[in-house]
Amino acid sequence: MLLEKYMVTSCYSGNAADNLAGSPALLLESALIGMDRLAVQQIYADSGLSPLCFCEQVIAPALTVIGEKWDRGDLSLSHVYMSGRLCEEFMEQVLGGHPPLVDERRRVALAVLEDYHLLGKRLVGFVLKGAGISYLDYGTVGAQELVHRVQRDGVRVLLISTLMLPSALKVREVRDGLDRLGLECRIIVGGAPFRLDPALHREVGADLGCDTASQVLLALAQLREGVS
Amino acid sequence: MTSMERVLTAISHREPDRVPLFLLLSLHGARELGLSIEAYFSRPEHVVQGQLRMLERYGHDCIYGFFHASLEAEAWGGSTIFREDGPPNAGPPPIRAEAIASLVPPRIQEQPGLRRVLEAQRALRQAVGDTVPIVGVVMSPFSLPVMQLGFDHYLDLIFDRPDLMYRLMELNGAFCAEWANAQLAAGAHAICYFDPLASPKMIDPVLYRRFGAPVAQKTIAAITGPTATHLASGPCLGVVDDLVATGTTMVGVGEDDLAAVKESCRGRLTVVGNLNGIRMRNWDDAATATAVKEAIEAAASGGGFILSDQHGEIPWQVPEATLTALAEAVREYGRYPLPGGRG
Repeated sequence: MLLEKYMVTSCYSGNAADNLAGSPALLLESALIGMDRLAVQQIYADSGLSPLCFCEQVIAPALTVIGEKWDRGDLSLSHVYMSGRLCEEFMEQVLGGHPPLVDERRRVALAVLEDYHLLGKRLVGFVLKGAGISYLDYGTVGAQELVHRVQRDGVRVLLISTLMLPSALKVREVRDGLDRLGLECRIIVGGAPFRLDPALHREVGADLGCDTASQVLLALAQLREGVS
Repeated sequence: MTSMERVLTAISHREPDRVPLFLLLSLHGARELGLSIEAYFSRPEHVVQGQLRMLERYGHDCIYGFFHASLEAEAWGGSTIFREDGPPNAGPPPIRAEAIASLVPPRIQEQPGLRRVLEAQRALRQAVGDTVPIVGVVMSPFSLPVMQLGFDHYLDLIFDRPDLMYRLMELNGAFCAEWANAQLAAGAHAICYFDPLASPKMIDPVLYRRFGAPVAQKTIAAITGPTATHLASGPCLGVVDDLVATGTTMVGVGEDDLAAVKESCRGRLTVVGNLNGIRMRNWDDAATATAVKEAIEAAASGGGFILSDQHGEIPWQVPEATLTALAEAVREYGRYPLPGGRG
């Protein structure tokens, strides 16, 4: 199958579905929504792509389109979750649990601020793994501890998932803590409070906010290009 | 009209003297009393005092007999994490999927947290009688598992172990009806049935119809008072017919086009909503009045509408001045008949 004409980068702006008509990514999207594990493996086998290329050119675009459709109200969070879970299972079973890694020189970490409800973080994790981006998983952590870990690990991009407004407002504490230490770390936030108030991410000092888990790829690309 | 008369008229899909206002304030009572949120919820008399003071301050149309959702998680073996600036949160999920087969529902009278709620509702009913509706709260059987299992494990259960899912719905449904009826017996006039997972934003409507709607129908039928199904900021447009079929009376509306929701619900469900509580933190008087006017314009004609927030809980960060402005705006712009002969 000729894939070159369908090649896309792993990050998108606008409506990703417009770029994918008839592509393996579209086939994968359909297989993921239909929860068809065999079809996922078949699409990979038919693609003739290396694992890394399959991640970048098929899995990441498919998850992005699914995220966009959720954002527009065409799909449910349950679709987003199961799609990510199937991709994770595929990578474990077919790629032997060692996902290929893209050349991401900045150290990325993912955390949930003061909450034990971790669905959002898991969704972001699916997208990052699906796109071949490695990251440090900090789990649930408080603001001060998070600042400490960022400093300790030399993190350059911090992804924070929140569920409730008070946790979202705590991002300000993280921002100020990083600034006090003079750490050059960009913050990308996501979660319900940020969806409900698009101005909130700026209010708390984040560099970018994401409405969907899959938008994290676009956000990482924007930071790479110096946009905030 | 008393608040009760106003609300009963509105939910009968007729126009009362003005649009009813439900300020769903679970936390602000702590500030009224100068207490921490944890101390506030530790004694039922605090909540009674807090609710009565807020009723007097804002002159709105309900008493919110709700403490915090994690009390139900506590009843099932979970914990509550208090914070100084927001609703108490449920701690780590207490139940693992494999335990569902032998799970036994908690007994309400053995739960100190639930008993405090009942005690508060009893005292509130003594204080206001039938002049102001007292709203009790339950988590729906379909949405409670987010706290019981964790959202990801819950979704895994739905897809991987439908047999256990059915059993959990049965257990949760029985508990939910019992908990709702205990509140109605104590003093609540109506029950807010929180079911955020009924929203198509959260769960594929196919799955909702398979698991959530049947248990809602059975549970709501067993609840001996009126219910408002609240989607806690989730859109409802894709499931309005399903919600009507559950037998619920009202729907708490989230990120929806309010006018479209009203048209879809007209004559069938009373619409409750949908001011954005997150943005409300930063509203000045003009922004507050604009938001109130827009909501009334979109949904108030013909009754069947109660102005409220979209989440079922106004954030701690919303200042009292904004709530006062909001209540004044309803009194100013919410009088029936509405301007222009609408309705």
